[in-house]
Amino acid sequence: MAKYKMHILICGGTGCKSSNSLQIIENFKNILAEHNLTDDVQVIKTGCFGFCERGPIVKIMPDNTFYTQVKPEDARRIVEEHIIKGRKVPELLYTNPENKEHVSDSKHMDFYKKQIRIALRNCGFVDPENIEECISRGGYEALGKCLTEMTPEQVIAEMKASGLRGRGGAGFPTGLKWELCAKNKADQKYVICNADEGDPGAFMDRSILEGDPNSIVEAMAICGYAIGATKGLVYIRAEYPLAIERLKIAINQAREYGLLGTDIMGSGFDFDIELRYGAGAFVCGEETALIHSMEGQRGEPTLKPPFPAVSGYMGKPSNVNNVETFANVPVIITKGAAWFSSIGTEKSKGTKVFALAGQINNVGLIEVPMGITLREIIYEIGGGIKNGRQFKAVQTGGPSGGCLTAKHLDTAIDYDSLVAAGSMMGSGGMVVMDETSCMPAIAKFYLEFTCEESCGKCSPCRIGNKRLCEILEKITDGRGTMEDLTELRNLAAVIKDTALCGLGQTSPNPVLSTLDNFWDEYVEHVVDKKCRAGVCKKLMSYVIDREKCIGCGKCAKGCPVEAISRTEYTAPGHKLASMVIDSTKCIKCGACINNCKFGAISIH
Amino acid sequence: MINLTIDNKAIQVPEGTTILKAARMNGIDIPTLCHFELDGMNFENKPGGCRVCVVEVKGRRNLAPACATDVMEGMEVLTHSARVINARKTVVELILSDHPNDCLQCEKNGDCELQSLTKRLGIKEIPFKGATSTYRKDSTLSVYRDMDKCVMCRRCETMCNKFQTAGALSGVNRGFQAVVAPAFEQNLGDSSCINCGQCVQVCPVGALTLVDNISDVLKAIADPTKKVIVQTAPAVRVALGEEFGMKPGEIVTGKMAAALRRLGFDQVYDTDWSADLTIMEEGTELLGRLKKALAGEEVKLPMFTSCCPAWVAFYEKNFPDLLEYPSTAKSPQGMFGAVAKNYLAPKLGVKREDLVVVSIMPCLAKKSELAREELSVNGNRDVDFSLTTRELAHMIRQCNLNLNDMPEEDFDSPLGQSTGAAVIFGATGGVMEAALRTAYEVHTGKKLPKIDFEETRGFQGIKEATIDFDGFPLKIAVAYSLGNARKIMEEVRNGNPNGYHFVEVMACPGGCIGGAGQPYHHGDSNIIRKRMEAIYREDAGKPIRKSHENPEVIAIYKEYYGEPCGHLSHEQLHTHYFDRSDKLEATK
Amino acid sequence: MTKVKSLADLKAMREKLQSNLDIREKAENPESLVQIKIAMATCGIAAGAKKVMEHMMTKADELGIAAVFTQTGCMGYCHAEPTLEVRVPGKDPIVFGHVDNNRADEILTKYVQNGELVEGIIPVNYETIDK
Repeated sequence: MAKYKMHILICGGTGCKSSNSLQIIENFKNILAEHNLTDDVQVIKTGCFGFCERGPIVKIMPDNTFYTQVKPEDARRIVEEHIIKGRKVPELLYTNPENKEHVSDSKHMDFYKKQIRIALRNCGFVDPENIEECISRGGYEALGKCLTEMTPEQVIAEMKASGLRGRGGAGFPTGLKWELCAKNKADQKYVICNADEGDPGAFMDRSILEGDPNSIVEAMAICGYAIGATKGLVYIRAEYPLAIERLKIAINQAREYGLLGTDIMGSGFDFDIELRYGAGAFVCGEETALIHSMEGQRGEPTLKPPFPAVSGYMGKPSNVNNVETFANVPVIITKGAAWFSSIGTEKSKGTKVFALAGQINNVGLIEVPMGITLREIIYEIGGGIKNGRQFKAVQTGGPSGGCLTAKHLDTAIDYDSLVAAGSMMGSGGMVVMDETSCMPAIAKFYLEFTCEESCGKCSPCRIGNKRLCEILEKITDGRGTMEDLTELRNLAAVIKDTALCGLGQTSPNPVLSTLDNFWDEYVEHVVDKKCRAGVCKKLMSYVIDREKCIGCGKCAKGCPVEAISRTEYTAPGHKLASMVIDSTKCIKCGACINNCKFGAISIH
Repeated sequence: MINLTIDNKAIQVPEGTTILKAARMNGIDIPTLCHFELDGMNFENKPGGCRVCVVEVKGRRNLAPACATDVMEGMEVLTHSARVINARKTVVELILSDHPNDCLQCEKNGDCELQSLTKRLGIKEIPFKGATSTYRKDSTLSVYRDMDKCVMCRRCETMCNKFQTAGALSGVNRGFQAVVAPAFEQNLGDSSCINCGQCVQVCPVGALTLVDNISDVLKAIADPTKKVIVQTAPAVRVALGEEFGMKPGEIVTGKMAAALRRLGFDQVYDTDWSADLTIMEEGTELLGRLKKALAGEEVKLPMFTSCCPAWVAFYEKNFPDLLEYPSTAKSPQGMFGAVAKNYLAPKLGVKREDLVVVSIMPCLAKKSELAREELSVNGNRDVDFSLTTRELAHMIRQCNLNLNDMPEEDFDSPLGQSTGAAVIFGATGGVMEAALRTAYEVHTGKKLPKIDFEETRGFQGIKEATIDFDGFPLKIAVAYSLGNARKIMEEVRNGNPNGYHFVEVMACPGGCIGGAGQPYHHGDSNIIRKRMEAIYREDAGKPIRKSHENPEVIAIYKEYYGEPCGHLSHEQLHTHYFDRSDKLEATK
Repeated sequence: MTKVKSLADLKAMREKLQSNLDIREKAENPESLVQIKIAMATCGIAAGAKKVMEHMMTKADELGIAAVFTQTGCMGYCHAEPTLEVRVPGKDPIVFGHVDNNRADEILTKYVQNGELVEGIIPVNYETIDK
């Protein structure tokens, strides 16, 4: 086997792939061949590095050089300059936005400094399609340790001691969940991996499956051993073709290596995994809905009890954990519960992966210890607000989370502090907003999503969310009244109190948290009919300053609805009469402003 | 036993009891909407979807659905706290905000559970104004669907899938657009629906209703060129009284006959008469098959009854490989129609086309049955219209009659006299018992020592028995609900391990007495029990209780048909079945 | 394909495979490792830097020294090629000139392992090569 002197790691995650990273790989291979370097330099397609804002990412080892926004044609320069001559290509290095300096080693980038990568430990490091790379990183050793050195009870005890809580949203203690399922005797039990990542903008589960599928395979087998299940099922959305492909490769390779199948590592333990595809319904992330969907039934939640641990898939005891939760399991076994629980806060241990999005400089996937503050995430890792604007709010927990404000910036975040603040951990979406976001409009946006994604089973969620949405529409259209605000709060509270499943119980969060934190803005919409962010079109009006208008008429020509006409007033110093906008006809498209060369038109 | 308090009242209930049941057992009524249970008949719908029955449980973050939350030791439940009432009212207001405001014209006006809930909660105004969900209207010959009125209680779905296993209805679409519909949102008539109509019987609102044929019948009666005759099924006479404020189980046979005459029917006959005829045909067919089997000939056993049209549609769609097992005898409705149009019309001196045969049935499937092509001659149906018990009640009220005031009158002859054996066709096990009474005596040539077959009676879903036929052990089974029928059919498909000879199937809970055309029971299974008691009371009171002893039946064989299962009766009183599984293929 | 039949099997397999990832593993934490940067511009390569680097990598492996080898551009000591910079954790980097296979061995055994100075040190006039 060739002994490579250098490795080129190229992100093959969905984001970078769609920015043509496969062509970059191709080019690297060709150019290396041209220079006879195929035996010296290895090209590896990895999973996501997390810094998606600056993708595609190319990393050169061993000097740990981190190239960003690489284009296929850059491959030649990187090979000829960096690989052959040892000179880094400065234009492709990350530039610190503060001091404009190039940073070559990702460890020194603010984006990575505060991160601790446990769940993402192998993402962007190994070739996810090669189980041997995983094994050489210690993959499957945790499984081996469980099977040969631990009893199922010990495995569960270790999980409980670690304090790991479900990363899918609700934060139920994982070890306890396993224990409940282990207690139920049955001829068949199931380990189910919830890979139905439904939060818009969240992609941590996809990234883990794309970057490190073997860890999930290993963790599911460990769980199977602990609870006494021989079958594993991964419920994965069909919109994740790359994750599906990599997972299939990992499962097949694990079977070839005897790490799945019968008598794993001579222990007598059998375990195998199958995939089940979802059609991308948000509600199918709820475990009972997920199970029904897998059974071929309508994907809607049923009442608990019975819990899946008692009666799950096909009526058999089943344990459902999400991808990120599973990704933590092998490390806990190898490094021990004590190590894991040393990270994080008192009640939330370990790390959490967040998908950082919105009006922030460094969009991407980050893994941070529980207890980090929002300020650290937004300003240090996220690089602050885009275009130097003011921070206004951050929405955590996906569409059913709440909007937190500047007063929450220094809260140490964990499951409980987020709930206390009126939001939740959710699966880890984090959308940062600046002053250009209108909070009633944001609440409406999220409600529209939950309306779409409600399964329609229970009345409060099916009809209540629709009504919330309609009231919010009234408010953002300028038709709202103070009574509407009272009704909004009462209805939101009733939905939270009465809805059947987690989706409905949390769907009013964006409404309630914005009412709590941005009450003034609601009142402005309702009483003053004003939207300070300038988002709500119906609350805006376009006005022509008749003193500035020279009467050229260009605005009227460009108006699609003939809302602009000429007045009889000619401003001093001008030859033509000025123009005026009929606000009853105006659709606020903005065409007139673009057409006016004299700055005579403004929005109020 | 579990100790808890409900509304500060200390109570004790067995483990596994829901809060709802615990409360009701102790005289505390919690309103419900989606919850529906037929106690002792293996039907319960509790999706926990409507959220009307929510209650406050101390220490719990959110409100709990009483219908689906089990009691726990030390639990403190408040069923009518301010928080609960506000939530419950808001939830019902939400449901009303997505419900058409046409109560006055609604089929369910006065029978609507949402209406009574609104009244009970004192809702005078709906604070929410907004969009309402709409869906296309759809109808089979039996069932009319107006999904705009659907409240997503899912009772129909549970009935269709769990109880009947017909699999025609399920939730489709999401969120505000969610609705109950057949697979791929095809029309109900193109689905695996078997028109049993139980979805209509359990629907709390007017989303699923029957196809109303009253005006068809009134038109026929008003037409001077038509002679309009009517037949009434056994289960109708023990339920019709409920519509006029009588206690469940009141027998109104005579008053009903009188009312029908006053409605303008020219002759008032009895389906009970043709039920006796059915026993002659079906019993003879059974004995024929048994005889062949004993002689070692290849013959299909068990024989299944074929009176229930939903059951017929069910095996045509689901068991096309077993079509030779059911009896070829037409249902009593079908036999009556055939006799009326072939034998009676000439006797009454009218042309087949001018004789209109109306049936009064506890059933919605009968409306579909009469449209089967093989039950027509040159496009003229043997039975022209079928009305349900509920429609008859409407019609009586429409004509300003009150059943309570009617005198007791008899049916007309010659298709009016019946035996106790015919009456019990209305309850699960009744057809079996009636057949046994006749088959035993015909087969053995001996008088039955005991006329009542207790083993075929009652509400058990599947009843099995071995009857001593003078040394021959006749193995029988009786099932109601097509889910139970499916179990037996699957056994038969696998070689009939229990060795059944004869199996009775009725689709509805408790048989025809729980039929979809009967007055709404709203989940009160006691009503169905009372109807059953009445059926056996009527049987016990009859002077003749065996079909083969019915003088008018004996007469028609002598005069017209010759003998049971003879040539003419094969032509007119028997039918055949079709493979209709293609309706299911599309959904597989 | 050999199947993994026991945990010991798996560990043996990892042992065997681990060196494939050495380059990446070490890069994750270069501060704790011996970093050796070899000037590999035209002048360096012409003077035999590439061969020296290969030799040195093998030798380091044999000696069990956890070292990261990187190539770099011309250090400006063309007169002394092949040149390389060695940074032992906790010490300032030292540049060696005229490194051949023998001197490379000496650098590893004497300087890296025992902290003894070796001939051929070039006095540094910059902080690190990167800057």
